[in-house]
Amino acid sequence: MTEWLERHIPKMVLAPSFAAVLVFVYGFIAWTAWVSLTRSRLLPKYEIDGLIQYERLFNAPRWDTAMSNLFVFGTLFILISMVLGLMLAILLDQKIRTEGVLRTIYLYPMALSLIVTGTAWKWIMNPGLGLEAMVRGWGFESFTFDWVINPDKAIYAVVIAGVWQASGFVMALFLAGLRGVDGEIIKAAQVDGIPAWRIYTAIIIPSMAPIFLSAFIVLAHLAIKSFDLVIALTGGGPGYATDLPATYMYTMAFSRGDIGQAASSAMVMMGVVFAIIVPYLYSELRAKHD
Amino acid sequence: MKNTAFAAVSAVALACAAPATAGPEAEVLHWWTSGGEAKSAAVLQQEFADNGGTWTDMPVAGGGGDAAMTALRARVLSGNAPTAVQLKGPAIQEWYEEGVLADISSVAETEGWADVLPGSIAEHMKCEGKWCAAPVNVHRVDWIWANAALLEANGIEMPQTWEDFNAAADKLMEAGITPLAHGGQAWQDATVFEAVALGILGPEDFRKAFVDLDMDTLKSDKMAAVFDQMRKMRGYVDANFPGRDWNLATSMVMNGEAAFQIMGDWAKGEFLAAGKEPGKDFLCASVPGDGFLYNVDSFAMFEVDGEDKQAGQDLLAKLIVGPKFQEVFNLNKGSIPARVDVKLDAFDTCAHLSAKDMGDSADNGSLLPSYAHGMALRGAQAGAITDVVTAHFNSDMSSAEAVQMLADAVANSL
Repeated sequence: MTEWLERHIPKMVLAPSFAAVLVFVYGFIAWTAWVSLTRSRLLPKYEIDGLIQYERLFNAPRWDTAMSNLFVFGTLFILISMVLGLMLAILLDQKIRTEGVLRTIYLYPMALSLIVTGTAWKWIMNPGLGLEAMVRGWGFESFTFDWVINPDKAIYAVVIAGVWQASGFVMALFLAGLRGVDGEIIKAAQVDGIPAWRIYTAIIIPSMAPIFLSAFIVLAHLAIKSFDLVIALTGGGPGYATDLPATYMYTMAFSRGDIGQAASSAMVMMGVVFAIIVPYLYSELRAKHD
Repeated sequence: MKNTAFAAVSAVALACAAPATAGPEAEVLHWWTSGGEAKSAAVLQQEFADNGGTWTDMPVAGGGGDAAMTALRARVLSGNAPTAVQLKGPAIQEWYEEGVLADISSVAETEGWADVLPGSIAEHMKCEGKWCAAPVNVHRVDWIWANAALLEANGIEMPQTWEDFNAAADKLMEAGITPLAHGGQAWQDATVFEAVALGILGPEDFRKAFVDLDMDTLKSDKMAAVFDQMRKMRGYVDANFPGRDWNLATSMVMNGEAAFQIMGDWAKGEFLAAGKEPGKDFLCASVPGDGFLYNVDSFAMFEVDGEDKQAGQDLLAKLIVGPKFQEVFNLNKGSIPARVDVKLDAFDTCAHLSAKDMGDSADNGSLLPSYAHGMALRGAQAGAITDVVTAHFNSDMSSAEAVQMLADAVANSL
């Protein structure tokens, strides 16, 4: 009896969450895929009608804008957050006295809700209220910083706010990575008289490769599911210049009563996530088998 | 017919069993949660209670009704719809097609709604000839509001044509005053757009373009002229307009920072709440051109089970269109009553103008639904048009490109 229990308890404990994930994640993915093939408007309908929703999606200029925004935002957000986070981590790693305080200060933005970040930056970047008005008030009349209201630049304003929020978190990740590097190797390098920058580029950073991957995965999924930041900062505007796939999907599903269209955009978004996650999982699994 | 018989039987049953049952019941889903609107909703609630009914309030705030619609969808899918839901325009017929709306023709016929409601507004309340919704008010959308002192100081009259408007705006620009107070949100861009479109296209082509979605009209040179005027309007707003809420734009006019605002008559509520007087501190006029764009709030009645709930539904429908509620509610909300036989003595001059124009335009067929406020088209089509309007307004797109994009977007949304 005890032997039987021992063998089966793990399965029994895992079963409810397994069933829940099966229904609420994979079940609803399948449901969304189904609905994306129908002409559902206000309420879901189940008669399959081919790829009409995907045709509509790829014909919509607004979706093009959303996808290219995702590309611009995703690339810049991930790149700048990583570079900035790494620099902060290296600077904090110089065994300085107030490290604990500084680390908290830089990490703190991550504790804020994106709605707060978005609203605060909306005011900071508003030309009439924030930075531009302040600098002009100092006498620099020609100073202009109107990205948030300029349709061509607004997406970069979103990047600024996103980077501000996430780079402290990336810093904490890298700091942990830096601490994990074997001190003996570094000491040996120092004894050999290798300059500090070479130690970083040739020894420390390469040995942190797994941390880079984790940081990338975390930032990439933050970028793809980014929704509240845009809603709070620009509301998708000016016009729909800062629309992202997530805000597009929300608008279709909840404002316009166009559930089929929303479902098809959700499927495309999932495709983008898979394009990033699947190679990662593949490399992880392969590493284990080796 | 079957329903009427059933209602009669149930009324008798109700009368016999009176002590045991609770009387008329209604669960009402709405999003009137802010200041003046909440006060208006309370009026209805009070009247319902005075008539022996039990009111279950279901206010869902947020997103201009989007949150409420999400709640409604969940309720309908679970087979437990509320008695009455704040719905408007073609959304009523869209829900009817899902087979969930109730028939309230018996109330409408007893109360003689057909005689007191303007024809085109009554049409919105019918689903395949049967009454399925009750109108609450008529908001006029094509208003232009102005700061009286600013106009006088610059020697400007209320504009009668768009040329007048442009001339006045240029003059104000020279004097260093922002001519047009505007908030850069898609629905506000759409509100200005349809006001301009009504003026330039005229009522007939407006109907063709935004009610019938006639491709030739959507692609016409006149439509290009509408976008030309929109490009001019873009030059008349201040630099900080993106994302601004409409009431902040209204206070710009109030405080003399801007001269005009194009907005529905809910803006009047802001002026009145700030203690401004129509005709003295601020001016109201219809935008240049003929016609009247209406935005009618209404309650759609959903199919419910149980005699108490059906009795509640009938009572609610009767009260909503009743003259007393129509007067009190609209005084609070800034709109005018949907029924034409309500005395307007207590209303202000702007409301008088609105009521007079509504009567005139109903007679000559230029009483038109507002596309920007979801009265003319379903969500997907209206949204597609708004996307183009706001993209054009916020970029340097040419009018020819905009017209082509408009036609493509509408075709893609069908």
